Amino acid sequence: MSSHITPRRTYIFVYLALLILLGGTIGVAYVDLGIWNTVAAITIAVVKALLVVLFFMHVKYSSNLTRVYVLAGFLWLALLIGLTLTDYLTRTSGF
Amino acid sequence: MSTIALDRYRQNYLNISYTAKSWLLSTDHKRIGILYMISITLFFFLGGIAAVLFRLELLTPQADLVKAETYNKLFTLHGVIMVWFFLIPSIPSVLGNFLIPLMIGAREVAFPRLNLVSWYLFMLGGLFTFVVLITGGVDTGWTFYTPYSSSFSNSAVVATIFGVFITGFSSIFTGLNFIVTIHKLRAPGMKWSRLPLFIWSHYATSLILVLATPVLAITLGLIAIERVFGVGIFDPALGGDPVLFEHFFWFYSHPAVYIMILPGMGVTSEIIAAFTRRRIFGYTFVAMASLAIAIIGFLVWGHHIFVGGQSAYASAVFSGLSYMVAIPSAVKVFNWTATLYKGSISFDTPMLYALGFIWLFTIGGLTGLFVASLAIDVHVHDTYFVIAHFHYIMVGASVMAYLGGIHYWWPKLSGRMYPEGWGRAAALLIFFGFNLTFFPQFLLGYMGMPRRYHVYAEEFQVLNVMSTAGASILAVGYLLPLAYLLWSLRTGSIAIASPWGASGLEWQTGSPPPMENFEEIPIVTEEAYTYRPESS
Amino acid sequence: MAEARAPTLDRPELPELDQESISLGMWIFLASEVMFFGALFAAYIIYRNAYPQVFAEASRHLNVWIGGVNTGLLLTSSLTVALAVNAAQLGKRKLLIAFLLLTIVLGLIFLGLKGLEYSQEFEENLFPGRNFIYPGPEPEKARLFFSLYFTMTGLHALHMLAGLLTFSIIVLLAWRKKITQENYISVELAGLFWHFVDIVWIFLFPLLYLIGRT
Repeated sequence: MSSHITPRRTYIFVYLALLILLGGTIGVAYVDLGIWNTVAAITIAVVKALLVVLFFMHVKYSSNLTRVYVLAGFLWLALLIGLTLTDYLTRTSGF
Repeated sequence: MSTIALDRYRQNYLNISYTAKSWLLSTDHKRIGILYMISITLFFFLGGIAAVLFRLELLTPQADLVKAETYNKLFTLHGVIMVWFFLIPSIPSVLGNFLIPLMIGAREVAFPRLNLVSWYLFMLGGLFTFVVLITGGVDTGWTFYTPYSSSFSNSAVVATIFGVFITGFSSIFTGLNFIVTIHKLRAPGMKWSRLPLFIWSHYATSLILVLATPVLAITLGLIAIERVFGVGIFDPALGGDPVLFEHFFWFYSHPAVYIMILPGMGVTSEIIAAFTRRRIFGYTFVAMASLAIAIIGFLVWGHHIFVGGQSAYASAVFSGLSYMVAIPSAVKVFNWTATLYKGSISFDTPMLYALGFIWLFTIGGLTGLFVASLAIDVHVHDTYFVIAHFHYIMVGASVMAYLGGIHYWWPKLSGRMYPEGWGRAAALLIFFGFNLTFFPQFLLGYMGMPRRYHVYAEEFQVLNVMSTAGASILAVGYLLPLAYLLWSLRTGSIAIASPWGASGLEWQTGSPPPMENFEEIPIVTEEAYTYRPESS
Repeated sequence: MAEARAPTLDRPELPELDQESISLGMWIFLASEVMFFGALFAAYIIYRNAYPQVFAEASRHLNVWIGGVNTGLLLTSSLTVALAVNAAQLGKRKLLIAFLLLTIVLGLIFLGLKGLEYSQEFEENLFPGRNFIYPGPEPEKARLFFSLYFTMTGLHALHMLAGLLTFSIIVLLAWRKKITQENYISVELAGLFWHFVDIVWIFLFPLLYLIGRT
């Protein structure tokens, strides 16, 4: 049974990157950028999640089939949020 | 081939052991399929009894049999049991479990122990419905709309939710198992383009099982949390939006109806092919249509909220998408019809069910387009029109497909033939009883009779009486197979490996199959549904 | 002779179920978990969009220090899990056990701090149950924020508990030498689950704790 063995150094580097991003997300939160605060927070979170998925969860070295299912979950969540928002963003009364 | 077929003392998955432990701890996908079959049959009759009771109440416009609160509990129980404890598991967990490994030439599913766990979770969830029954029932409707379910109902809401929540995991694990099995355990030569359409439709169903069910779990979970801890997000008094509940609930429950129909479509494809002795017309289109139905089916849920308070813009979007989802379904109906044309048709029992499926699904599907239209839905929402529409699909189509499949594969499951005369009689009785029950409901709904009421205006009585009459015929129709299928286990004629002369790997092993499915893993060299012209 | 022979890792038959396939099974389960937590995120997005000021104000009542430290702990635990899987791949049993124990310790500290945080919030009457008292404007809408906060972090904590329990069992298995270089799939699967729980927190932390800090 062969599967890719990631060198430990890679894990350490990814970890350090995650910590830096954590610092970044906290720091940015205290600077008033208006609407961009949310954009920054989500972007940093997405980058962190990508690092965990690709390296810690080995998706960078996984088959295409696995990658499709990794994507599927997040895509479906985007569907749920997106289509529900078509209601909430276009309400003229109530909400 | 015939040496395997006629040796009734040959060891198979049934006679290999008769102990209770060998059944209750079995990781054999075939035995697990049978366990599910027994369980869902029990639930079917439980849900059916609830229906008998409220149909009796509806014989007269006044309340005479039950009071309003009891009536509410009856239709709730009927919905909860029929949807989650009968329809959702029916074809996938019984026929899917039994047949998928056989049809793809595998010895087992990918995760056999997980499969057994699925059944136990199903039973544990089902146990809760019994608890609910004896603690006074639940009256929220199977749809659990807030704020009634979260703030006002005084019935066993949390217990019911608990049961459904646990059973939901059974669905998720089954779907997961099927996906990995189909990807990874196909026999050599079994390319995707050679898979029976039953497999394609179960693959599509599994996608829905895995991606939709968790949303139901969290949504119902939130109701339970609100009732127990007072922590709520749907309560308008707290700035919450009850319509948000509806969005989440239907995000699952609409795809759920495709969980209930796609497997039936797969069964129908198999039966039509076998009893017209042809390849299904447009195999690739039918296979792709299964995936399209699964995917587009996730995009239409707002059509349940047209009059609920959703924005007009969103309603228009959902209405348009709902029209689109009809297209792949129609593709299948056209392709089955084209298969029938100039086919060598025989009218055995499974074929009667499959033909009934096509007809009733067409009516159900077309009336679905009626309600997908905003202008019409405003008038027929919450009336018997909607009830008739979904029963045409869920009973007229799904249940008939289930029965058709049970009959078609009965020789494989049991090693026995059922009595053909009784089979045909029951199929025709069910078809007739079904239409008498539900067609009048289209008229009632169109005339304005609202659903979920135990009293109604005088002018609706005649049609209601017809409907109840139909229901009693339907009840007899359903009891017949229960009786003669059980009877056939003792006295039915011994089945050969391939009693219908149908193509498919499941027919190339014994009836019933040996525990390991095949003596040797087959090597596949042909397309599905390869029929040669007969010389006799 | 009529023995059920499902393809297994130590008795592979054509076709066989390899490690990638079993991991695929876990990924499919994680996809369902994404939808499970995701619905809560959807609710959060919708309500925050409707009540931005109230949510920002309510968020300021959360303890950023504990939240930040906890995030750091969880990220570190993901590292230790990855290193544990690595150790298993290389057949280094003692290292595997060490990294798993470290993970468990980190996870327990997280839960301990979370418990501390919760008790603080209970004392301030911020639990949105029957004794909810909110010292700001529009308490009902703030209550929505806290409902989402407690539900999401509570569910997250339950998942962490499940993960820690699983790791404990694996430590025992590793101790009894049941985990080998040829068969360490349980570590891989538990690791995937743990990383997923970490990812949920990666999104929870900024969305719940860091809005309205300016």
